[in-house]
Amino acid sequence: MNRFGYDRPSDVAEAVRDGNARGVRFLAGGSNLVDLMKENVERPVRVVDINRLPLHAIEDHDGGLRIGALATNSETAWDARVEAKYPVLASSILAGASPQLRNVATAGGNLNQRTRCLYFYDNTTACNKREPGTGCSAIGGVNRVNAILGASPSCIATHPSDMCVGLAVLNATVNVTGPLGDRTIPFADYHRLPGEDPSRDNTLKPGELITSIDLPDEDFSGNYTYLKLRDRLSYAFALVSVAVVMRIENGRIAEARIALGGVAHKPWRSKTAEGLLVGEVPSQSAFLAAAHALLEGAQGQGANDFKIGLARRAIVRACRQAADGTPQSQIDKRVA
Amino acid sequence: MPTKLAEPTAQTAERLIDIDLTVNGKAEHFSIAPWVTLLDLLRERLDLTGTKKGCDHGQCGACTVLVDGKRVNSCLTLAVVRDGSEIQTIEGLSSGDTLHPMQQAFIDHDAFQCGYCTPGQICSAIGMLREGKADGRDAIRENMSGNLCRCGAYTNIADAIESVQGREDAR
Ligand SMILES: Cc1cc2nc3c(=O)[nH]c(=O)nc-3n(C[C@H](O)[C@H](O)[C@H](O)COP(=O)(O)OP(=O)(O)OC[C@H]3O[C@@H](n4cnc5c(N)ncnc54)[C@H](O)[C@@H]3O)c2cc1C
Ligand code: SF4
Ligand code: FES
Ligand code: FES
Repeated sequence: MNRFGYDRPSDVAEAVRDGNARGVRFLAGGSNLVDLMKENVERPVRVVDINRLPLHAIEDHDGGLRIGALATNSETAWDARVEAKYPVLASSILAGASPQLRNVATAGGNLNQRTRCLYFYDNTTACNKREPGTGCSAIGGVNRVNAILGASPSCIATHPSDMCVGLAVLNATVNVTGPLGDRTIPFADYHRLPGEDPSRDNTLKPGELITSIDLPDEDFSGNYTYLKLRDRLSYAFALVSVAVVMRIENGRIAEARIALGGVAHKPWRSKTAEGLLVGEVPSQSAFLAAAHALLEGAQGQGANDFKIGLARRAIVRACRQAADGTPQSQIDKRVA
Repeated sequence: MPTKLAEPTAQTAERLIDIDLTVNGKAEHFSIAPWVTLLDLLRERLDLTGTKKGCDHGQCGACTVLVDGKRVNSCLTLAVVRDGSEIQTIEGLSSGDTLHPMQQAFIDHDAFQCGYCTPGQICSAIGMLREGKADGRDAIRENMSGNLCRCGAYTNIADAIESVQGREDAR
């Protein structure tokens, strides 16, 4: 690790002042930042430890929930209100990392965790995300974990979070504050595609701090699932994951939301795909049509070509689980 | 409107930070650099080498300790962040010569071979029972998935934990 200065502000205004300088990083649970600092991928001048800020609470808000940026992943997944009303979020969190990591990983840190592209971690290789302008080693390289959707000639990285895939189908919003004041970002606009500037993972402006995440007053506890497929049954990042929530009225799908993880630079949704399901009686053919629409334009990079077929089958299976009201628990390791 | 960030005020010089921790019931004071991990602090400054460094990247669980009662990976924890916390390591679990029930269960069930992962497994298992979310063998296996065992003692580890799962004093 490089040498760095350390601040421990006790209120948000002070943290924003401390964070308002180049080379400064906010430190929450540290499970991603400290890891990257050990690899010399992150070399902050100064670290602002935000753990003493009053952003830990999970509170009722506007009929929904407000999850503090510092609520840990364990606290969120096991919150009785999350379990009851937003089980797709609880399930997506419990699919990720390990119990120890979830005890320190925070909501804000989970959103801002960096990609797991192998080359991003390897300082000896070219990587536009780590060092803009150097090139992308994953294109034509070892790219089993990389993107099949929304990639660019500059970067084919994926966002590795499970929790964010759950948040995507819940239409969450992200509350931030910073040198220019407060604003609220719809979840779909929070993460971005790499385009020509893969160094930016999200739409936060320099110095902005996440303060909380809001879940709207909606209840998808009947028809949902979070299905995660990976190289081992636990404690591995998703190759493909699918979050689905549905509202079913009189035997027909009134609303469906599907998000994919592990396949793009952000959780992947498609209005067209979701629209295809509205008014349909749940069926294999309807799910398959939605899967095709959601994967429209998918492009393999060689070693990850398998993700296209895997995603198609995973979408169909996840839609079936959601429609039947038979979500697969993260303890249940059936793979087919 | 994109913001331009100010240049950092030079504060990179080595600055030691004073922290207090309670480690296995004993109050300890340290002046440390901010980049010292809790794992290195325990091993290098307190000679508590029971906590192991496996991967140093959050990927194996060998460094698992209990911080304010919760299991965490000490390798990814900067010690300064935990100022004021109570830390429990494998060395602090027994009462005198009487092993903690979880330690005894690991011996009774032959739940290790080389033993390198064992301190982390035991701290993790105690943390898991305190969480109270792992009911039944499949749930134990999933909730212990943050601890790898290269010797593959998983079956006996699960047996050991299952044998004390219901006991108050195993938490
Ligand atoms: C071995 C391993 C396996 C893992 N497996 C999975 C997995 O399967 N699925 C999964 O989803 N995740 C996985 N993770 C990642 C884990 O979920 C993240 O490391 C964690 O969520 C990050 O949260 P944190 O609080 O520790 O963040 P930190 O490491 O403290 O911070 C991460 C980033 O977020 C920024 N940040 C933190 N808080 C804020 C805030 N409030 N406002 C603005 N910026 C902020 C930091 O500056 C930093 O850039 C794994 C991690 C490890 C080490
Ligand atoms: S895919 Fe993105 S993160 Fe990976 S090497 Fe290419 S530029 Fe870097
Ligand atoms: S040494 Fe900490 S998880 Fe491996
Ligand atoms: S007993 Fe050898 S690694 Fe677990």
